[in-house]
Amino acid sequence: MDNGLSGALRGLGRRVTSRIWRLGYASRFFLAIMLNSATALRRVHLTMREIYFTGVLSLIIILVSGLFVGMVLGLQGYDTLQRYGSTEALGVLVSLSLVRELGPVVAALLFASRAGSAITAEIGMMKATEQLSAMEMMAVDPIARVVAPRFWGGVISMPLLAALFSAMGIFGGYLVGVQLIGVDEGSFWSQMQASVDFREDILNGVIKSFVFGIIVSWVAVFEGYDAEPTAEGVSGATTRTVVTSSLAILAADFILTAFMFTGT
Amino acid sequence: MSRTTLDLWVGFFVAVGLGALLFLALKVGNMASSSSGDTYAIKAKFDNIGGLKVRGAVKSAGVVVGRVGEIRFDPEAYLAVVTINVDTRYKFPRDTFATINTSGLLGEQYIGFEVGGDTEMLKAGDTIKKTQSAVVLEKLIGQFMFNKAAEDGGKK
Repeated sequence: MDNGLSGALRGLGRRVTSRIWRLGYASRFFLAIMLNSATALRRVHLTMREIYFTGVLSLIIILVSGLFVGMVLGLQGYDTLQRYGSTEALGVLVSLSLVRELGPVVAALLFASRAGSAITAEIGMMKATEQLSAMEMMAVDPIARVVAPRFWGGVISMPLLAALFSAMGIFGGYLVGVQLIGVDEGSFWSQMQASVDFREDILNGVIKSFVFGIIVSWVAVFEGYDAEPTAEGVSGATTRTVVTSSLAILAADFILTAFMFTGT
Repeated sequence: MSRTTLDLWVGFFVAVGLGALLFLALKVGNMASSSSGDTYAIKAKFDNIGGLKVRGAVKSAGVVVGRVGEIRFDPEAYLAVVTINVDTRYKFPRDTFATINTSGLLGEQYIGFEVGGDTEMLKAGDTIKKTQSAVVLEKLIGQFMFNKAAEDGGKK
């Protein structure tokens, strides 16, 4: 009894310490990426390759989900707005919810599961097959050669993907609202333009997606680099990437929204 | 995949992404209409600004001619001081009358200019002399009910 209790306490303590240890290691890792970024950015083709894998190959899923999210917003928004007789505000509803929230957040969640998990699995497998150690033996820094290009590829791709998601969603809302249901086209666009502000709404959305890009890429490369070099370890690290980065995105979204969109 | 096709795809991706940003800025946002041209600042004092907000519209004859720049409280006169940024394309006479109106029954509040007949025009830094405060709905209803009650009391 006494032994079991102290064992449980010791287990709890170990789990907490290991979390904090990992957080500190991750922060040091982030610093190492920053220090090695100059070499990664000088060899542009490495980063270009990662933009292709994380950004270009995510285009289809981002565009299609953006279109459907916008179409659903159009249907649901119309259903609610017509009760108050203000269906002309449909454009405002669709564009503001996409540009401020759904665009950056949903695109980042898709990005985490589409590209983040792939980055983790790739780096984890490199570690498991000892490619990273081989690089170190040849005096090539794996952080500069492997990690930093993947990190920057993700950071650059994310805002562009979020902007595409929002634009596609607004197009979807337009298709359903104006073409299918028959909301007046002029008031759809003009009310949208009157109430969406470039700096307040669009630029803040871009800042959000940029921050989410940093979070997802950081978590993905760290989990891959820190993965246990076994098949099990890599699969666990991939799962952790999706879970951790999704939670971090939502938490960061709350904090950023509290800063950006409160008050006048 | 050779390096040239890869470059082509990345270039395509970046171009499409920037195109989406441009679409958001010009077609969805109001960047094209709001930030065009210079403005000059004039001041107006109100007893009560109601729900007027910074960046609210300033209209004359229903057309947007400027934006609300700053709202301050004057602690000596106990008045609200509103700085109005008016588009330099438009000049208004010095006896222009500024009112706070509501668009629709429950819409946003905006400042309306009713143009006077003075030959001199407002310059940057001038203060509008004649203003009318926002109509507070609760006060209006209260006044109406008070009058109604007084009428009924008088009849008895």
